[in-house]
Amino acid sequence: MPTLIDNTRSPASPKSEGKGQARAAVSAAARAKGRGDARGGLYKPRQPIYPKLVHGRWRTVKWALLIATLAIYYVTPWIRWARPGDLPQQAVLVDFTGRRFYFFDIQLWPQEVYIFTGLMIMGALALFLVTALFGRLWCGYACPQTVWTDLYIVVERLFEGDRNARMRLDAQPLSLDKAWRKGGKHLTWLAIAFGTGGAWIFYFHDAPTLIRTFWTGQAPLTAYVSCALLTATTYGFAGWMREQVCTYMCPWPRIQGAMLDEHSLQVTYLRDRGEPRGAHKKDRDWAGRGDCIDCKQCVVVCPMGIDIRDGSQLECINCGLCVDACDEILGKLGRPTGLIAYDTDAAVAARARGQAAVYKPVRARTLYYALALVLVGGLTLWGLLARPKADLHVIRDRNPIFVRMHDGAVRDGYTLKISNRTFFDQRFTIAFDGVAGARLGRPGGAADPGVVLAPADQVVSVRVFVTAPVDAALAASTPVRFVVASSAARAEAKTVFLSGAENPQ
Amino acid sequence: MSGRETDAPTGVETTGHEWDGIKELDNPLPRWWLWIWAACVVFAVGYWVAMPAWPGVHGYTKGLLRASDRVAVADSLKVLDAQRGASARALRTASLEEIERDPKLLAYAQQVGQSVFGDNCATCHGIGGTGGKGYPNLRDDAWLWGGKLEDIQDTITHGVRTGRPGARLSQMPAFGRDEMLPPATIDDLTEYVVKLSGRPADAAAAARAAPVFAEQCASCHGVAGLGDQTIGAPNLTDRDWLYGPGRADIRGQIYAGHGGVMPTWSGRLSPETLKALAVYVHANAGQ
Repeated sequence: MPTLIDNTRSPASPKSEGKGQARAAVSAAARAKGRGDARGGLYKPRQPIYPKLVHGRWRTVKWALLIATLAIYYVTPWIRWARPGDLPQQAVLVDFTGRRFYFFDIQLWPQEVYIFTGLMIMGALALFLVTALFGRLWCGYACPQTVWTDLYIVVERLFEGDRNARMRLDAQPLSLDKAWRKGGKHLTWLAIAFGTGGAWIFYFHDAPTLIRTFWTGQAPLTAYVSCALLTATTYGFAGWMREQVCTYMCPWPRIQGAMLDEHSLQVTYLRDRGEPRGAHKKDRDWAGRGDCIDCKQCVVVCPMGIDIRDGSQLECINCGLCVDACDEILGKLGRPTGLIAYDTDAAVAARARGQAAVYKPVRARTLYYALALVLVGGLTLWGLLARPKADLHVIRDRNPIFVRMHDGAVRDGYTLKISNRTFFDQRFTIAFDGVAGARLGRPGGAADPGVVLAPADQVVSVRVFVTAPVDAALAASTPVRFVVASSAARAEAKTVFLSGAENPQ
Repeated sequence: MSGRETDAPTGVETTGHEWDGIKELDNPLPRWWLWIWAACVVFAVGYWVAMPAWPGVHGYTKGLLRASDRVAVADSLKVLDAQRGASARALRTASLEEIERDPKLLAYAQQVGQSVFGDNCATCHGIGGTGGKGYPNLRDDAWLWGGKLEDIQDTITHGVRTGRPGARLSQMPAFGRDEMLPPATIDDLTEYVVKLSGRPADAAAAARAAPVFAEQCASCHGVAGLGDQTIGAPNLTDRDWLYGPGRADIRGQIYAGHGGVMPTWSGRLSPETLKALAVYVHANAGQ
């Protein structure tokens, strides 16, 4: 039974709240917990968090991912892709009006939405696997909430300075200086938010057209509404709500506990090395004490406002900024880095017992997740590759279900829906199979009732009459099938021929 | 306030109203309710000014916005007409054959035809167009007045036995009711007609009726009983029977000579609607 180490209850790491403890609340999260509404209100007031700028390995990775993910988001709709005829020339396009999804050379119809289902399940399983192996990497590095919040903090720093300057500014009474800094920040935030919402809508319409019609007021209403909604959510989530989105709104932090165990790599404070913590004088010896000098740099850089030394906790997004902060201090002290590091609870516990740390990336949980991921991935890929190029649906006439002709022959009517999923026109021949000698007919006395032209990327609807011979002597219901075939594709559909044998004239 | 009773458990004054021992407490209105009420009053005043509101002796106050549902409906109908314009114009100018040959026009005519058929024709012919006893089946290939596009358009436009100019007119005599033939001869004729349609019949009776058929019936139905679509005389040799295939049905028709009426639709439906209807009926009969 896996157990997570809970450092908050350990006497060596006194938590701020509670009775008569010497140490004051260190993190914003701890302060907020101590400030609850005495009458049991639903919401505790937020403690503002002023994350300090930090430099280091993980911060560099985060910068790189920030640029990469934002670039993908903004550039993708502008990639052009050659497709024949009048088809959209946009590489990635969710065309709701045309009911098609284009992704480079892949084109999906609404009935192929199961591919998306597969992708969603794969995404969830990949998240499970990554979390079991490396903790919440998604949260810390790739989640849009993290990326945009990071971007917003850059803007905030630009206008208001780093942590201490920001705290000073907030404490000041309103002045011209404060007003322009705050105003400038919010205006820039709003501009970024508008850019976010504005980029989103390009995924749903031809981007070069929409960027013109958007400003002339001729764009569809959905474009304006979506843009406004995303502007509002981006500004609200990344500017005002920040860590509260992760802690209160996002379900993932609540679920991730089920994926983590003592062998998951997470941002961990190595208690075995850090305790007992305390201030350190320059010329003193390091013997008999921990490496943690309680400088609280890990706390002030944390965008979630927590103290990682309390151990693994719900709020932690595993971004590693405290690792960078601590390494910087340790470097200055001349101590080995890695007091806070991506490590496992099992390794910390082993070292505390004086044993060698054991890392087990391959364990039952990660095997199951990987297996499920491969399975679903394989099924989705197979579903994508084995898609038919044509599709046939047969709708039998329900009123009248059959017609008796003047000579006693019986005729049934069918509507055939032939989908041509290729990018070129196809000439399909219609064959009817199941009643010997049956005659095909089309309304309007078509010269060649067995041939139909299906334009590229369209569904063509054809009414077909099938007349059984007078002497066919059919049962009331005969199983039959239609087969449509072109030079490139073939599809068939089963239906029945109703002869009215049980409704004698 | 003196003279008013105070309710002991709540400490609230009562209004003095009492029903069966239940007293009404004089609680103040909830503040939110009061605000909404005030907002409604303000809104109502604005509404009177902006929208049609007050009836007068000659008409009503029109409001500053000049809103009118009637005008709105007329406007949206204009928009609809404009949207349908191209197809509707094509329907007006194209011949029936051209409509049927052009897949787009055919689809449009089928749509228009289907809804018009449902509104006007389905009452008698059924929503599937298969008719019933006394109401012709429009889906099969047996036609009283001809099954070509023009024939169908003509029948729909002018109707049958309406007494109006151009209407189709045929009259099957009531040989029995009007005592033109004795009952025994009608029985014999019934056997003759059954035999005509290729079914087993009393040969002797049919033989007796042969000269009667030649004299009384062949002038319309033809010597061989094949009928004549130009005068609306049914074919008696096929398996299509407007008034039923049984002996009793056939005898009843010879006796009483039923004839149904189909309304004249010109004047009620526009010419292009009539065209769409003709194409719809023709195409769905599989011709």
